[in-house]
Amino acid sequence: MIQFIDFLKERGRGVRYFLYGTMAAIVIWSMTVDTSHAHTWVEKHIPGFWSIFGLVSCTVLIFFARWLASAGIEREEDYYDD
Amino acid sequence: MTTSFFLHPALLLIIGALILPFIREPFRKPYLLLVPIFTFVDVVYLGFNQGIYGQVSFLDWQLTFGRIDALSNVFAFIMALMAIIATLYSLQVKDCWQQMAAWFYVAGSIGAIYAGDYLSLFLFWEIMAFASTFLVWCNKDQKDATAAGFRYLLVHTFGGLLLLMGFVLRYQATGSIAFELLDYDTHSLYTWLIMSGLMLNAAVVPLHSWLPDAYSKATIGGAVFMCAFTTKTAVYTLARACAGFDILIVLGVAMAIYGIVYAINENDVRRLLGWEIISQVGYMVAGVGIGTALAINGAAAHAFAHILYKGLLFMGAGAIIQMTGKSRFTELGGLYKKMPVTMLFMIVGGVSVSAFPFFSGFVSKSMIIAASYGEHLLWAGFLLTMVSAGTFLVAGLRLPYLLFFCEPKSAEVVERAADPPWNMQAAMIFAGLLCFVLGTFYPLLYSMLPYQDALYHPYSGYHLSETLQILAFTALGFMLFKDRILARPTISLDLDWFYRRGGQLVLWLARNPIQWIDTMWGEAYRVVGLFPLMTTARFWAWFDWHGIDGLLDGSARGVRSLGRLLAKVMQRGQIQQTLAYTVTFVALALIAFIWM
Repeated sequence: MIQFIDFLKERGRGVRYFLYGTMAAIVIWSMTVDTSHAHTWVEKHIPGFWSIFGLVSCTVLIFFARWLASAGIEREEDYYDD
Repeated sequence: MTTSFFLHPALLLIIGALILPFIREPFRKPYLLLVPIFTFVDVVYLGFNQGIYGQVSFLDWQLTFGRIDALSNVFAFIMALMAIIATLYSLQVKDCWQQMAAWFYVAGSIGAIYAGDYLSLFLFWEIMAFASTFLVWCNKDQKDATAAGFRYLLVHTFGGLLLLMGFVLRYQATGSIAFELLDYDTHSLYTWLIMSGLMLNAAVVPLHSWLPDAYSKATIGGAVFMCAFTTKTAVYTLARACAGFDILIVLGVAMAIYGIVYAINENDVRRLLGWEIISQVGYMVAGVGIGTALAINGAAAHAFAHILYKGLLFMGAGAIIQMTGKSRFTELGGLYKKMPVTMLFMIVGGVSVSAFPFFSGFVSKSMIIAASYGEHLLWAGFLLTMVSAGTFLVAGLRLPYLLFFCEPKSAEVVERAADPPWNMQAAMIFAGLLCFVLGTFYPLLYSMLPYQDALYHPYSGYHLSETLQILAFTALGFMLFKDRILARPTISLDLDWFYRRGGQLVLWLARNPIQWIDTMWGEAYRVVGLFPLMTTARFWAWFDWHGIDGLLDGSARGVRSLGRLLAKVMQRGQIQQTLAYTVTFVALALIAFIWM
């Protein structure tokens, strides 16, 4: 297992392209799935809606967390020690 | 079907814990495993013979120690199972206080789950709070552990008081102490007091700060116990008393978001996992708030799955802390070469919490989200889905990346690292396998849920495509913005600021102005009042000692020497010890009471 991880680490670019390929495959497959059980209009009519939603959620959370940190809640680690 | 045989599983654990100090190797390890296994067997037996047991009259009240139905059974089952895993994980711990505290703690949890009235619920609730505090205090490696333990205890005492006030007011209004569903429509002050008391243990925002604080300071094995019992017992009690309370939907979604945002910024591995507990318990609280059969099933199933994968993550984090002595991401990294087993099982925990297909989160979390769509709460459904993307970001990507795959921060730490002893590995393997089994053979889990007519089919094509898309594109987001959420040597201020800084203010006031007044007052008192009083008192004491006690065969002298002996043994000025004696005494009284 350790060798396998080393093997992957040496081929960062290859791994990245493999992931892009997987994402594309997932999105294409998702367009063939029956959406009659979807909960809302957007899910039925926007192809790959959940892909967009996933990327946007992740980005929003990262930026919101960093914004909150820089807005003043982030302190040095010995803040409570005095 | 009911039988007359009822042995309370909590009693087994309490007696087991009291005998533990007298057991020596080579019997200690088998004994440590056998007690939770017997407890588990007892819980399973009771699960097959559901009914009302252990009813006792106490003063004017009817106490019920064993209300065993489908809802309490599923929670008690997973608690007893987790007790086995966590005991196995901390098998090599020599300090028997830790194991005793842990078993008292589990006993409190199972007792609270089986309790059918507020009085016995409160009793076990407090046993749980006190016993778990010792799991923090036992940690000698962290200098802040004593203070964190006191903060934890004070916050939980406050929560206990809210609950106490709530059910006393309710008793006054309705004349009943039965622990059952509260009426939301005719709510009054006691409804909110009871709900807040239960909410504090579930770490619902804004009553949540104790959780990451205490769990990151607990002992290695203690944290594995703590991550399972307190919050999920509270979820059970909320499901029992507050199902369908709309406000819990809002609070649950809020805590899901709050937890994940703080987890993104966190630098301490166990604090990060603590924040994530808050986030995941948010799903369960929201499920309880929705209150439909599917949502309650979802909350129970998610609690079940959560205890296993979160226990697994805490076990992995504990292994890393034990083997390297470090808990901050800024001091770790690159551990995959030295701790491959830990890595594998932390990733299993990470993909389970992120709801990967074939792992436990996939079959449980989606029930709650489906229930919120089912009730047309679209905002809740979408926000909870957003948080599940965040969960994968934190537990499935950021956590393993910072621990195992990024460049090591210090070569010396990597040098020291190694996989933990066999029993810790065995516990991780056991929990990891269960995560996989639950996700793949999900009817096993679903067959235990309270509402068998409202089940869910997780492996539909649409749900698979939805989950895979979210996971894949969260990974893309992580690849793009990874550098923004790397390890930083910082902490994030939270609402505990108010009582930590507030406490310092009170301390300052006590040290300065209040102490000054007290000194002045004492001085004035000494000069004006004390001197003449003492002179007369000295005369009467002399008379009493030599004149009267001499007549009574020196009995006062005897009492005094006994008192001194007791004070020497019992009152060492260690408040932790005094508390331990008190709690043990209460537990013994409880046992005596149940048996009588």
